[in-house]
Amino acid sequence: MTEVSVAKDAVAATEDLVVLKSVNKHFGALHVLQDIDLTIARGEVVVVIGPSGSGKSTLCRTINRLETIDSGDITIDGKPLPDEGKALARLRADVGMVFQSFNLFAHKTVLENVMLGQIKVRKADKKAAEEKARGLLDRVGVGTQADKYPAQLSGGQQQRVAIARALAMDPKVMLFDEPTSALDPEMINEVLEVMQQLASDGMTMIVVTHEMGFARSAANRVVFMADGRIVEEAVPDQFFSNPRSDRAKDFLSKILHH
Amino acid sequence: MSGPPVRRPRGRRTRASPHAEAREIVFDFLQGYDLLGAFWMTVKLTVLSAVGSLIWGTMLAGMRVGPVPLMRGFGTAYVNIVRNIPLTVIILFTSLGLDQTLRVSLGSDQVDTVNFRLAVLGLIAYTSAFVCEALRSGINTVPVGQAEAARAIGLNFTQVLTLVVLPQAFRSVVGPLTNVLIALTKNTTVAAAIGVAEAATLMKSMIENEAQLIAISAVFAFGFMCLTLPTGLLLGWVGKKVAVKR
Repeated sequence: MTEVSVAKDAVAATEDLVVLKSVNKHFGALHVLQDIDLTIARGEVVVVIGPSGSGKSTLCRTINRLETIDSGDITIDGKPLPDEGKALARLRADVGMVFQSFNLFAHKTVLENVMLGQIKVRKADKKAAEEKARGLLDRVGVGTQADKYPAQLSGGQQQRVAIARALAMDPKVMLFDEPTSALDPEMINEVLEVMQQLASDGMTMIVVTHEMGFARSAANRVVFMADGRIVEEAVPDQFFSNPRSDRAKDFLSKILHH
Repeated sequence: MSGPPVRRPRGRRTRASPHAEAREIVFDFLQGYDLLGAFWMTVKLTVLSAVGSLIWGTMLAGMRVGPVPLMRGFGTAYVNIVRNIPLTVIILFTSLGLDQTLRVSLGSDQVDTVNFRLAVLGLIAYTSAFVCEALRSGINTVPVGQAEAARAIGLNFTQVLTLVVLPQAFRSVVGPLTNVLIALTKNTTVAAAIGVAEAATLMKSMIENEAQLIAISAVFAFGFMCLTLPTGLLLGWVGKKVAVKR
């Protein structure tokens, strides 16, 4: 049932960037990811939604191996996910990640946060790293905060810095794990606008979120997860106006009508 | 302390001259002893052991939080064994075991130097177990998410530890580490057991030769407080200054 809707978008896509094949993961007795098959094309924006505990964050975290998987295959840009060590670190540098709780390095200034990876992982020289960091901070609208510490910034500003920190590595794909869930309502938009901009610039993005507005406007595809399974995949319009599975209908009726 | 007071230009000081005589009577038990030299030895023991145990303790903490099971096991075993052995036994072992049985003389053939180095070694071995545990509690104050974020930008384990986790861990354990340092300062007195000429060794010989037992104890207690009180105050200030705001 999913192939039809995916095929529409696949016309624009050139090749598959992230491929998950029959991925399984357990947390003890809980089968948190059950036979997940998911393919994300270069330049595609995929939004993953679903009720709490459905495994969407876990799915997101397996893609840069912050969570290991029990079985199945994950390939990024044609290469299978390395097990440990240098190869894994190299791969992670190519996969940007933005967390729900920002996770900025509290002992470093905003600027240093964005420079650290460039210098230590990409081996950029300090001057070039700073220039790039300032450029990125301007791009996400927090250029004037460069010399402050994370604790001095609002949540929305911190999250935008976190996006800049991930972008500084020139990632092939960006993972967003509920990037606006820890934010005050009035700060959600400033972060979503940055993400929207990023999407229209052609960044490949996998976004776990509860922001249905963002899913509608920025996503190429919506993936609906429940109980560790991908229940439905569709283009946003089709998913929101005419969900096919009962589980999705139930979920949408709960979040859209009040 | 000797001879009649020299005439001084100011009235206040000349008035104080009778006290000089009193001082001479009260403190004459100090004469002929190298008090400063003994405390200087204490300071040397403390500083070298502090630096050494900070380094070795940090490495132990790194092992204990690391991904390699063998190193984790070693770190855990080391801490649990070493911190549960009395320091006196460790110090005696360095002398009786390492030096006299195994002939480990740490690059010197002079008895004083060998004993000094052995004492530093023993103090480092012992104190680093406590440094490790203080530091590990500091590591636990750093949110897991920060280590994840550091891994997510491609830093390897050592980089995550040294660039992100440890700098924040250290800042949060300045207080506990100050305790360890003060304990270390006082623990250096155990080096007397293998004849290092530090404060406690001198105190022992003074107690044998002089009558003013309480005064002698008071002088040494005061000497140690002169070392540890400023340390505590200074590091208390440093701890506040470097604290990470969250």
